[in-house]
Amino acid sequence: MSATIQQPRTIGHRSDLFWIAAMVHRISGVLLACFLPLHFLVLGLAIEHAASLDRFLKWTEEPGVRLIETALVFVLAVHLLGGIRVLLIENLAWRPGQKQIATAVIGIAGTVAMLFLLLTL
Amino acid sequence: MTLRLYLLQRLTAVLMVPLIIAHLVTIIYATHHGLSAAEILGRTRGSLGWATFYGSFVLLAAVHASLGVRSVAADWTPLRSAALDALMWLFCLALVLLGARGVYAVIAT
Repeated sequence: MSATIQQPRTIGHRSDLFWIAAMVHRISGVLLACFLPLHFLVLGLAIEHAASLDRFLKWTEEPGVRLIETALVFVLAVHLLGGIRVLLIENLAWRPGQKQIATAVIGIAGTVAMLFLLLTL
Repeated sequence: MTLRLYLLQRLTAVLMVPLIIAHLVTIIYATHHGLSAAEILGRTRGSLGWATFYGSFVLLAAVHASLGVRSVAADWTPLRSAALDALMWLFCLALVLLGARGVYAVIAT
């Protein structure tokens, strides 16, 4: 006898903080996976000539690019902290306050990104 | 995802935690002090410590990211079994090659 898996018929779960936290973790991971090859290609510019790398680094000082970098710092920090949260949930007993921790992940990642922006202005 | 792949993704995640924290601190510190090719290469060229740091970071990130891409593709695309594995291996190989080239560029050139 095979069991039939019922698909959820509503999207009500999408307003749940834990679902949002899982989505933030997943989407930040996808963004990092897209960014990594570009990051490695930029480092590879140093093979050709240090001046090529310098030209690229000069370009990153443009305000628009600096904002994108800030967003990348946020994405890396939120994926790191969200990942630590997942590891703790999977390996330790469930504790109260998980929603607050999920919110704190976003808050701390935002603070790290703002710190990056303020220190590089 | 099999248990082996699941455990590998968790293991790479745990190992990367201190590396990412160090990377974030380096990013903020170095950018604050003005990022230039001379600054980066002056720090990294010929350094066994940075070679080990970035070399292991590239390998761990390549494995972790390709396992993540496999999971997302399994959930959000029609790809199944062999196609998922092919995607995972191709992505991992591309990241390892590009990452190794990047590490070589800042350590050995």
